[in-house]
Amino acid sequence: MLRILHQIFRTGVVTEPLTDEVEAEVVLVGARLEAAIRRRFSRSLAIREVDAGSCNGCELEIIAMNNPIYNCERFGIHFTASPRFADMLLVTGPVSHNMEIALKRTYDATPDPKLVVAVGDCGCNGGIFGESYASLGGASSVIPVDACIPGCPPTPVELLHGILHLIDCR
Amino acid sequence: MANPKRKDINVATLRETITTHFGTDAVPGAVLSPATVTELHLPRERFEEAASVLKKAGARLAAQWAVDETTLGRAFAVYACYALDSEYLLVRCAVPLDDPTFPSLTKKYLPAFRFERQIESLMGLVPTGHGHSDHRPWIKFEDWPVDAWPLRKNFDSAQRLPRVPGEYQWARVTGEGVYEIPVGPVHAGIIEPGHFRFQAMGEDIINLEERLGYVHKGIEKRFESLSWEEGVRLAGRVSGDSTVAHALTYCRAVEALCGCQPPPRAHWLRALFLERERIANHLGDIAAIANDAAFAFLFYQFTRLKETVLRTNKRLFGHRYLMDRIMPGGVNVDLLPAGVDLIREELDGLQVEFERLITIYDLSPSLEDRLRTTGILSPELARDLGTVGFVARASGQPLDCRIQAPFPPYDQIPPRLVVLDSCDVHARAWVRIEEVRDSCRLVREILARLPVGGLKTTLQPPAADKGGFAVVEGWRGEIVYWLHSGQAGEINRCMIRDPSSVNWLGLEQAVLGNIVPDFPLCNKSFNQSYSGHDL
Repeated sequence: MLRILHQIFRTGVVTEPLTDEVEAEVVLVGARLEAAIRRRFSRSLAIREVDAGSCNGCELEIIAMNNPIYNCERFGIHFTASPRFADMLLVTGPVSHNMEIALKRTYDATPDPKLVVAVGDCGCNGGIFGESYASLGGASSVIPVDACIPGCPPTPVELLHGILHLIDCR
Repeated sequence: MANPKRKDINVATLRETITTHFGTDAVPGAVLSPATVTELHLPRERFEEAASVLKKAGARLAAQWAVDETTLGRAFAVYACYALDSEYLLVRCAVPLDDPTFPSLTKKYLPAFRFERQIESLMGLVPTGHGHSDHRPWIKFEDWPVDAWPLRKNFDSAQRLPRVPGEYQWARVTGEGVYEIPVGPVHAGIIEPGHFRFQAMGEDIINLEERLGYVHKGIEKRFESLSWEEGVRLAGRVSGDSTVAHALTYCRAVEALCGCQPPPRAHWLRALFLERERIANHLGDIAAIANDAAFAFLFYQFTRLKETVLRTNKRLFGHRYLMDRIMPGGVNVDLLPAGVDLIREELDGLQVEFERLITIYDLSPSLEDRLRTTGILSPELARDLGTVGFVARASGQPLDCRIQAPFPPYDQIPPRLVVLDSCDVHARAWVRIEEVRDSCRLVREILARLPVGGLKTTLQPPAADKGGFAVVEGWRGEIVYWLHSGQAGEINRCMIRDPSSVNWLGLEQAVLGNIVPDFPLCNKSFNQSYSGHDL
């Protein structure tokens, strides 16, 4: 126990302030978000992550958002285990033919009002996998998408900027 | 490390075993590879016989796949890849158009049933013979049209598949008190999709069946529309966490096929990337295993260490996971002297912190209680299922193709083979711990001996109708690529076997008899790729 406490004190707080070095690269698609929704979600945003066919690269960076350095919970962002109490879906990957139904059902299970953010080049437009018998392209080909955060994969800073920009809480 | 069984009987190589047994029926084929690889063609009716001869010789079935050769004026062919020590042997049999069947190897080799289901689903060649009764589609789902075989040349890959009615037939355990738990495809955590079907009694798991294929993106088919140079970007996205290992295996297969020799400095830089990928992923896995045993402290500490490795990657090479840094013929990024110092500095800090945390890990009885004797995969099963990588090494199998099929620079800086025999979650975690230590040592060796010179050589286009084969030990285990050039020297087929394709079978067995709440822990200790499996 002493070793653990010692290590905790030695480490201190490693969370970094979110710098503005990275431009919030987020592409809003479709109609502009209602101000009311933005207001309602700021400071407490529950996110359900859905891998709709990703290579797992975007997942690594979304997991990294939760590490003590990026510590997304300080902004009131936390990841839920179920879409049923989520405010936002973070969708990665080109939507695979085999995940299409599961993605639609996850979307339907998420209560209104909800936001959908497509993450990564694949989530935005299918990326390198394109459109084929097995890949249907970006998330917007299956469910309504409010915004896209491109990158391969987008870094945790880019993801945080994108999400915070979207709910307008900065 | 030599196979002790083999030393006793002092037999010939796998190739000699087959040529002796089959005589003139075994016709040499032309495969190009940097490793010790030979290809032999056998008549279809003797394909299974080869499996039994090779099984007796102690070989492991590493992969099995089919290829459509109609553009070359032939029909189909089925390949089986056997491995023993440093040798890989490809056995091929031709399959005619009017009778698209091939002899099943499932009776001899357990993992063959998954390979064969995949061949039947995606290429439409039917495994026959005693022992093969599982014709349920794999990766392909029941709602695909039955005659949709995407790997065939006459399949239009741009089409949208219509959905037909159909339901997966689960292998179920039934009885009084037995209940079923379906999990997935969308999981509770931030992980990839897949479906697990448990039958449990009380808290004990009595059966687990995996159903994978949700993230099938048609990668193998996609390769066929790309050039050799473009292919590496796709190979780097087969499994995002193994981007270096996949890109490297692809490049080594392309280079074998094209007769291209990358400059020495490129070899050493590639090994540097590969070991850094191993360190980063192992740190993340150790963190995740601790987290699933509710030890949040170690989770945060290890993810913090992982982040330092990723940041150094970004600073020196421009990408946190080193995507697109390796290309056919070499690498596209150099390491400057200042970078060498930076990595040494990073390692100095990382190794001290790591050892401090491992002491805490090792001295935590509550962690030990969760990890020890949980999720045991016996050495016999690990061998029979053909598992590779840290899963195999944690179950007593001395497999590491950096050692058995060494490619430069590993022939000059041999890695340490870490083999444990407690076969549980603890062993799978501890193999990773030892490998982080060894990879840190290897990185230091690479930095000290990095040769000077160019980074890339030009790629000559390959000849028509040639095979290129390569294996690389990624952080998860042995990755196999087999490339085949077509009539005009284009990519006719790209076969990918991620370690996950075989290791997923191990998870199904390791969880039996464990309690349901320990499944996430067992799963984390395997941490196999869905994308690498589903392709």
